[in-house]
Amino acid sequence: MNKIEVKNVDFFYGNFQALKNISLDIEANKVVAFIGPSGCGKSTFIRIFNRMNDLIPETRLKGSVKIDGVDIYQKGIDVDELRKNVGMVFQRPNPFPKSIFDNVAYGLRVNGLKDKHFICQKVEESLKGAALWEEVKDKLKESAFALSGGQQQRLCIARALAISPSILLMDEPASALDPISTAKIEELIWELKKTYTIVIVTHNMQQAARVSDKTAYFYLGEMIEYDDTKIIFTNPKKESTQNYITGRFG
Amino acid sequence: MKKFIEKIIQGLFTVSGFVTSIAILLIVLFLFTEGMGLFKNKLVEDGYQLVVNKQNDVSSLSAEQIKDIFDGEITNWNEIGGRNQEIILFRLNDISNYFTDEELGSELEFVPEKISELIAQHPEMIGFIPQQYIDNAFKGKVLEAGKIGFSDIFLGKEWIPTATPVSFYGILPLVTGTLWVSLVAILLALPFGLAAAIYLAEMANHKMRNILKPLIELLSGIPSVVYGFFGLIVIVPLVQKLFHLPVGETGLTGSIVLAIMALPTIITVSEDAMRNCPRSMREASLALGGSKWQTIYKIVIPYSISGITSAVVLGIGRAVGETMAVLMVTGNSAVIATSILQPLRTIPATIAAELGEAPDGGVHYQALFLLGIILFVITQIINSSVEYVSAKNKI
Repeated sequence: MNKIEVKNVDFFYGNFQALKNISLDIEANKVVAFIGPSGCGKSTFIRIFNRMNDLIPETRLKGSVKIDGVDIYQKGIDVDELRKNVGMVFQRPNPFPKSIFDNVAYGLRVNGLKDKHFICQKVEESLKGAALWEEVKDKLKESAFALSGGQQQRLCIARALAISPSILLMDEPASALDPISTAKIEELIWELKKTYTIVIVTHNMQQAARVSDKTAYFYLGEMIEYDDTKIIFTNPKKESTQNYITGRFG
Repeated sequence: MKKFIEKIIQGLFTVSGFVTSIAILLIVLFLFTEGMGLFKNKLVEDGYQLVVNKQNDVSSLSAEQIKDIFDGEITNWNEIGGRNQEIILFRLNDISNYFTDEELGSELEFVPEKISELIAQHPEMIGFIPQQYIDNAFKGKVLEAGKIGFSDIFLGKEWIPTATPVSFYGILPLVTGTLWVSLVAILLALPFGLAAAIYLAEMANHKMRNILKPLIELLSGIPSVVYGFFGLIVIVPLVQKLFHLPVGETGLTGSIVLAIMALPTIITVSEDAMRNCPRSMREASLALGGSKWQTIYKIVIPYSISGITSAVVLGIGRAVGETMAVLMVTGNSAVIATSILQPLRTIPATIAAELGEAPDGGVHYQALFLLGIILFVITQIINSSVEYVSAKNKI
């Protein structure tokens, strides 16, 4: 069974239709990249999976989005529970103004965990999972703002990992980072694939080619093409895709 | 040319910065010099002296003793370390009881002489007479009048600035009155203000906020005398009825009026601070499965704590320094209040009510300036402690 199934999704900001009739399936433990020019709706689309768009007033969704076979937009869905299962890493590192430890422990604490021993263990595990442990293990009590941009972003990944989601959404996770930090994040994505299903939005085509198993190309709210990454980058079926990946526009 | 103009502009800014700082320093300096002059004054009213018979063993009296003697509380010299004799009080207008108009002379030129005689004849008499009547030929003994001491002011439990022969400038009733009213006002205003700010910043939809916010801001534009008037005709009777009190003009009434006055500041400033919490911060919290409420109190409030602190400081500042409204509704009785339901008097209200009738440069005038200093110090202490606490909580 597919991890995520999207069928005929339309999405509106007020009267503006941002997504037009999108359907796609994502298998478990795969990395799927969304590419496309700015304003094509890829960020809107990724935020559908953890219902982050609910925060914006006057938005509407038509169609169905299923995770593990359950429609996440049906009535009676506990959105907080859904978000525990679908972690998210944002475009810019956004650590809380708290200590490194408290940042990672935040997700556990808001979900009602109080056992100190367990929290410590989980924080260490998550920081190791995000390849940050070695760098911060001696300064867990320090402010997260003292870290570099790349470290902050890995801290945000660790924070997302701590609540043990099964899906990880990444909205241009490396766009604000230098090449070395970017390489670290990409390596990390390869590692994380073993345990998580990963959806990543990126502006960087090489990045999509390097890290993803499948790629979807979006243009003006439509999904033009969705296929194995190899095929998209070597032999796309649509001309628009071809034009975009060869850099003729976008 | 451009550089020259820039230099001039820079110079102007520097000068205005300096002038402002110096003006502020001068105001503080002025306050302190005027207020501290109080301690150079004698206990007994300026230009008067207390006199007794030369045989009297008592050579000095404390302010309390003088007051008790002239109030008739102390009636025998042995109560204050003298001989067993009934005290006879003598004020200047008692003179006609002892002498006829002819004896005093047509132009009252014999008055000093007669007073001197009188004191010499009565060993049990204490007189309160003008300084000018005491010359070298005076046959009585002038009582040493102590100076006003720090303890008379800072530990004094009575504020009676116009009493004779000694006035009392104990600031305790006024300080406690100020603290009572401000404390309760802040306790009332903070929860309501923060709740309203959270509602406006986090829960209210766009339309609601657009209606409510201008309304709240309108409240801060109402003059305080209007609030006082409102308090006088609405809250005073309400408090009186609610707590079955003989009078409704109590500390609580003042606190309620102050709380209403401080609310707009607290709401708008802390709402602005909360709205400044970046969206990415909220999204991060929600994306981790935090509920809306958890996001508010674990992320938004800690993030905006410095703004909320400013709101609290401004609110307290308003409460401590507010004059008119409090003057109108707290009953203005300068006694140490043991409950918020008693009439009391605050420092600013005292200054406002009494400065007009205090003679320029006199003891009373200086005492009011000292009150100003105390008020200044109280607000400083509150401000810095609030800032200290909030800086400690920040990472």
